[in-house]
Amino acid sequence: MFQQRTQKSGRSVATWYRSGGLSAVFFALPLVLIFLYFSWGPIVRGLVLSFQKNNLVAPPEWVGMSNFSYVLTDPQLPQAALNTLYFCLLALVFGFPVPLFLAVFISELRKTGWLYNVLSYLPAVVPPVAAILLWTFFYDPSGAGVFNSILGWFGLGPFAWLNSQTLAMPAIVLEATWAGAGATSIIYLAALTGVRTELYEAAELDGAGIWSRVWHVTLPQIRGIILIMMLLQLIGTFQVFTEPFLFTGGGPNNATTTILLLIYRYAFINGDFGAATALSVLLAGVLCVLSVVYHFVTRRWSTT
Amino acid sequence: MSYERGIISTADRQRGLVRYGLPTIQVLIFIGVLIAGVGPLLWLLKSGVSTSQDILRGPMQLWPSGIQLKNIPDAWNRVQIGAYLGNTAFIAIGSMISTLFVCTTGAFVLSILRPKWGPVVTGAVLATLFLPGVISLVPLYMPVLKMPVLGISLQNTFWAVWLPQAAGAFNVLVMKRYFDSIPRELIEAARIDGASNLRLFTSLILPLSKPIVGVVALLTVIGSWKDYLWPLLVLPDPRLQPISVALPRVAKTTEISLQMSALFLAVLIPVVLFLLFQKQFLRGVGMAGGIKE
Repeated sequence: MFQQRTQKSGRSVATWYRSGGLSAVFFALPLVLIFLYFSWGPIVRGLVLSFQKNNLVAPPEWVGMSNFSYVLTDPQLPQAALNTLYFCLLALVFGFPVPLFLAVFISELRKTGWLYNVLSYLPAVVPPVAAILLWTFFYDPSGAGVFNSILGWFGLGPFAWLNSQTLAMPAIVLEATWAGAGATSIIYLAALTGVRTELYEAAELDGAGIWSRVWHVTLPQIRGIILIMMLLQLIGTFQVFTEPFLFTGGGPNNATTTILLLIYRYAFINGDFGAATALSVLLAGVLCVLSVVYHFVTRRWSTT
Repeated sequence: MSYERGIISTADRQRGLVRYGLPTIQVLIFIGVLIAGVGPLLWLLKSGVSTSQDILRGPMQLWPSGIQLKNIPDAWNRVQIGAYLGNTAFIAIGSMISTLFVCTTGAFVLSILRPKWGPVVTGAVLATLFLPGVISLVPLYMPVLKMPVLGISLQNTFWAVWLPQAAGAFNVLVMKRYFDSIPRELIEAARIDGASNLRLFTSLILPLSKPIVGVVALLTVIGSWKDYLWPLLVLPDPRLQPISVALPRVAKTTEISLQMSALFLAVLIPVVLFLLFQKQFLRGVGMAGGIKE
């Protein structure tokens, strides 16, 4: 009996080996190791860390919910959350329609479309950090700054731009829109090539004008990609870091401090990794809820 | 040659408003994208060969105190833009190789070999897709300082950038979906011909998936090109830093004229590369958008 069983399992190991079971393990090894070290591991560790006091020097210490209560009562948090929402809103209102409009427009041009494409994609090729440094210079608050002297020709300004509490955030969104519009419009353009042109014919026969054709045919046809790009943009803007970090460092007077900037300060300036991960976990939770809600709200439109 | 019709039909184009309005809008938008796309680059070109005083006093004037061509070699030598651009390229290519290696082998197991434990791995990879990146920003820093089990530190090595890049669930799943669409008959035929798993992978699956490999490679390079925070954290050594991390640091200590020439050089090379390969590039980026759907 016992012998029979070992023989059987021995045979199954052999068949497993012969059918390539071992090589499947070898093939999976890079993926599993990389994800263990740099994806699954850090996610679990993040959850653990948020309940610990940890500065990477002293041994970690369990502190229960105190990281969360510390983060949630931090007087900077409401301001940072509002700033992040404000950035999202501005990026949505100004940054979202621009590439869509550009893509619909370019798709109508048969011969010269590529030129518009290349020109509008150029800002995306500029290294983002170089672009930010350049724009910091454009936003020079003195009368001799680039934007101020251009506006000065029309008798406007000078504006304080990044030094002004009210203008700093719109200024950052303006740069982000400039940098991102070309890349997004390429994606819309690719989607627009799939629009069935018979529908335009039909709409025209029914007496629809150009604008109502755009509104009732073009946009509904690429609705799927529009909804996804909007969600990706929301998730991206909630985690905005580089622009406010390099433009203003969160100033003036914390007017551009975003959630991610706060996380960065907790972790890499104060050395409080517990608080930083607690805030990361909270933000991730909010984003998950946002995605789920978004999915349910937009499902009605995307399946019709 | 007949074009497929667009939103605006030939009948529309006869109407007066469209006939004259459309070219006007075209010209206006052309001026818009021209100013947005080329304007800053031209300004940078101008400022890259100006004196600091000119840049500060009259940023919109054309060289009141003459053209300073020597700024460019100065920036190249003193700011070492060449070295930083080299680091950037090295980081981008390394990230691309590690990403492609991990996601092709992984997708091969999950899609073609389909071992019993495959769905568990697929599920675990899929789950990370729904978690925003912010959750692992800080804890990702810790295995880099000291790798668990191995006990080595990756800080100040390029591995610290290359390896975490490869843990992208999106790439693995996109690759898996593409492999799923390869007809099973081809794989069965290769098996009957006695192909081993390795041979199946290198001689059948990889050659069949060139388009998707290209798109993933392009997306990885663009992503690593734009990355700032992560290399800033894990590469404190100035000699290893990519241009994105080096520029803001250098900007604090160099005079404005050199800073502008350095920026100009940092922008010039990618722009030239883009203009040379624009067709392939734009097609690849457009395809990537289709995948997101």
